[in-house]
Amino acid sequence: MFESLTERLQEVFDQLAGRGKLTEDDVDKAMREVRMALLEADVNLKVAKDFIARVKARAVGAEVTKNLNPAQQVVKIVHEELIATLGEAGRLNLSGPSPRVIMMVGLQGSGKTTTAAKLALHLRRQNKRPYLIAADTYRPAAVDQLVTLAKQISVPYWEEGITVAPPEIVRHGLQAARDADASVVIVDTAGRLQIDESMMAELAAIKALADPAEILLVADAMTGQEAVRIAEGFDTQLDITGLVLTKVDGDARGGAAISMRAVTGVPIKFLATGEKLDALEVFHPDRLASRILGMGDILSLIEKAEQTFDAREAEKLQRKMLRNEFTLEDFRQQMQQVKRLGPIGQLLDMIPGVGRLTKDVDMSEAELQFKKIEAIINSMTARERRDPRLLNASRKRRVAQGSGTTVQDVNMLLKQFRQMQNMMQQIGKGRLPKIPGMFG
Amino acid sequence: MESLRKGLQRTRQSFFGRIAQTLGTTEIDEDTWDEIEGLLIQADVGVDTTVKLVGRVRSRVSREGLIKQAQVQRALKEELRGLLDDPPPLNLSGRDLSVIFIVGVNGSGKTTSIGKMAYRLKNAGRNPMIAAGDTFRAAAIEQLQLWGERAGVPVVAGLPNSDPGAVVYDAAQAARSRGHDLLIVDTAGRLHTKFNLMQELTKIRSVIGKVIPDAPHETLLVLDGTTGQNALSQARHFQEAVNVTGAVVTKLDSTAKGGMVFAIYQELKLPVHYIGVGEGITDLLFFNPDQFVDSLFDENGRS
Repeated sequence: MFESLTERLQEVFDQLAGRGKLTEDDVDKAMREVRMALLEADVNLKVAKDFIARVKARAVGAEVTKNLNPAQQVVKIVHEELIATLGEAGRLNLSGPSPRVIMMVGLQGSGKTTTAAKLALHLRRQNKRPYLIAADTYRPAAVDQLVTLAKQISVPYWEEGITVAPPEIVRHGLQAARDADASVVIVDTAGRLQIDESMMAELAAIKALADPAEILLVADAMTGQEAVRIAEGFDTQLDITGLVLTKVDGDARGGAAISMRAVTGVPIKFLATGEKLDALEVFHPDRLASRILGMGDILSLIEKAEQTFDAREAEKLQRKMLRNEFTLEDFRQQMQQVKRLGPIGQLLDMIPGVGRLTKDVDMSEAELQFKKIEAIINSMTARERRDPRLLNASRKRRVAQGSGTTVQDVNMLLKQFRQMQNMMQQIGKGRLPKIPGMFG
Repeated sequence: MESLRKGLQRTRQSFFGRIAQTLGTTEIDEDTWDEIEGLLIQADVGVDTTVKLVGRVRSRVSREGLIKQAQVQRALKEELRGLLDDPPPLNLSGRDLSVIFIVGVNGSGKTTSIGKMAYRLKNAGRNPMIAAGDTFRAAAIEQLQLWGERAGVPVVAGLPNSDPGAVVYDAAQAARSRGHDLLIVDTAGRLHTKFNLMQELTKIRSVIGKVIPDAPHETLLVLDGTTGQNALSQARHFQEAVNVTGAVVTKLDSTAKGGMVFAIYQELKLPVHYIGVGEGITDLLFFNPDQFVDSLFDENGRS
């Protein structure tokens, strides 16, 4: 849906005659659209205003170059500012005497317990010796949940049920972790509202005795305008050191990330992207910025593909994409592989251009659309797949008939495919990806 | 960064209360409308609904010749209230056994809401049973069982990672044979974009219908009150998968205003039945549209 930003900008600029420079008036019109899009993505109002002021300052008077038309120019600036606002990929600060302590804090239901376990697994894979402490004595069975997860990933843990005060649990847990020669201790705390004074005081007490190297605020990617108040509240009272954005595998556009980053200034360190315990990704600002702008996320797709297919295949695919040697045959093969990756709609969104084919349709329709595309490609000869230019009117009619579709469907696929190739070429040359069908 | 912080501080302090202030003291000008627009946005009302609302109030101001600020405020409240209807009573009577099916994304507060709901309905003279249909999340069953104990309501559970459809089937049989008049079915949290998990939900729903004809009688979507515009996407997807009949909005004891409720009701006609306002067993209230609209203008939370 965020693709509408680039579409909207194009509409604004379509109304302007060709010219060499962006005037203040042009930019103002564009900025109104950017503002709407940011607000629709749940970026906080004030943060959006600030952001727009920065973009505007850069955009007024910016040269419209040969490579970029005004809409692209503005999108480029928005994209760059988004990356700048989202900040550097944050690394965990784990230097210093062992064991280092990481405190997980956040609202109820943001995903602290699951993320604590994911983080433990992530750290163990980096040859650290993680240790978990169950200090949520409030939510029924929260301790059981952490213990179950710890057992699943074979990470040692400390729990004392729910009758001991959380700071005491942490004190004992730290001693146990030292005795067990752990290198990193992750403390799971109860969810709480940032305005709950006694609960926040409890976190401060845990912080005082555990001297954590990291206090990570775990926040739901779907959070709305409230995000700034949550982030500000936790930061003011605890001086958080990083953000973890959860449930990023949904269709939330993640504007909360911008808001929280802007108001706290602390880096986003991880994204939680699924229910499995290995679904924790190091944060890449460029990718999230692209996602927020609806530019597709080819890098994440390639990464996901790498996890599922053997590395050589994925590399070949990537090389082909970037060198623009990507044929309809590859496209079909890729689609077949993609099907093995999971929910199709989610993946289609990652392929620049293809997402647009299935814009505004639900998942089952997306599946149907997928089948249709496959049928069309299947009805082509091998030569046609390698070189779609061969497809003249009569060949197109044959393909349409063979696949039970119409010539318009065939044309649409071919057009989409051409646009996709163009985009691959742009990425290959390290330029701003051109969104198909938007900059006409 | 410092100025941004201050700005937010200011925004928060004044928040919706500022509308009252603005409208009470100054003349209506463009700033007034910007202010109203901004404050609606910050309550998560959403861009589309906000633009529509402001448009309506504007035209009323000129049509009805409103000059006084208090009149404008009243008009805004009326327009907001006009976007909601009083929720119909829950469809839970007139048969031997009624079923409430609870769905929602991860962490929205399904299990907690079920605990409170069971307690509330039991106190209202019902004889509820709970089905632990979340067999996926670690310790979800234990969590629900503890809520069952608190509420004094029996919980039917299977083994972790067992087929939720089978657990729900057993629970429906048990509820009927033991003479319960209400069954509340918990399900695992799932993101609405996960096709397979949504299909699973559709299947669980049809399993209920096999044991008890016409069930579930209410399918309630539990929405996190701090969620922004994504709530609408959640509502659309869940409604399509399991024909949601209403919503529960949780965590409204926070400073979040839950403004996405307007768009959801406008687009999908999903009435909100309950709101969650805390972690205690009595912290589940009936949704009252008048109070809800008023609360948007409160400086502080709802509680």
